[in-house]
Amino acid sequence: MPEKTEPEKISKVSIIISKGSLEGIYPGLIMANGARAEGMEANLFFTFFGLDAIHRNRIDHIKVATVGNPAMHIPTLLGGLPGMSALATHMMSKKMEDLDIPPIHEFIEMISDTGAGLYACQASVDMFGLTREDFVAEVKDIITVGDFYDLAAGGQIIFT
Amino acid sequence: MSTATLAGTQVTLNAEGFFDDPTQWTRDMAVEMAAADGIGTLTDGHWKVIEFMRREFLEKGAGPTVRMLGKVSGVSIKELYQLFPKGPAKTAARLAGIPKPKGCI
Repeated sequence: MPEKTEPEKISKVSIIISKGSLEGIYPGLIMANGARAEGMEANLFFTFFGLDAIHRNRIDHIKVATVGNPAMHIPTLLGGLPGMSALATHMMSKKMEDLDIPPIHEFIEMISDTGAGLYACQASVDMFGLTREDFVAEVKDIITVGDFYDLAAGGQIIFT
Repeated sequence: MSTATLAGTQVTLNAEGFFDDPTQWTRDMAVEMAAADGIGTLTDGHWKVIEFMRREFLEKGAGPTVRMLGKVSGVSIKELYQLFPKGPAKTAARLAGIPKPKGCI
């Protein structure tokens, strides 16, 4: 019988954040931060609406999507009422603060301080007509998909 | 669970090398563990974090998160990762003789 060997540990992750809702952004941030906390190398790549998570004027206004999400357990029509998204965001943010999960802006700063690399996707930046000045200072660079694969070499890629 | 000899004294460590009983810990043991871990000589910065972790644990029953370390210990998150490149909360908890931090943040 072949000898059972321990699977090799993950030593590097590159995480893509493609959504701009609160619930679309946090998982990737938590995974990147957790990777660094375990001593792994980590990169974050923000694409499409995920760019809101690093956009200077939008980073502090990320909201929970209350429409089209059956797991919210409220009727879609109710979820569409004015203020519902703000209310859900408020409730969720409070819950997260209690659990010591930082708000997105602070989390982005923290993850950058851990030594993880934060990058914006060139194609999305062009599509939305953005420039480097639109992003928070923690963003290292705007890179192409090819650059991203170069950065991700030798590690795991996670798409969120 | 296994026993190990650190700084000439027998201690009980769990499978991941964390102290089972924080009262068994001494500073000399941290010095020895750091050398074996490749961290090398413990500087004032390392000690500041290790002592803070221990104090927090003994007071509150749980070690602090990295976020809290960055806010309260007087050592910034950047410095924390320079001091403990393999993960500050985990490494410092091990060296401080307290349990591995729980939670995802």
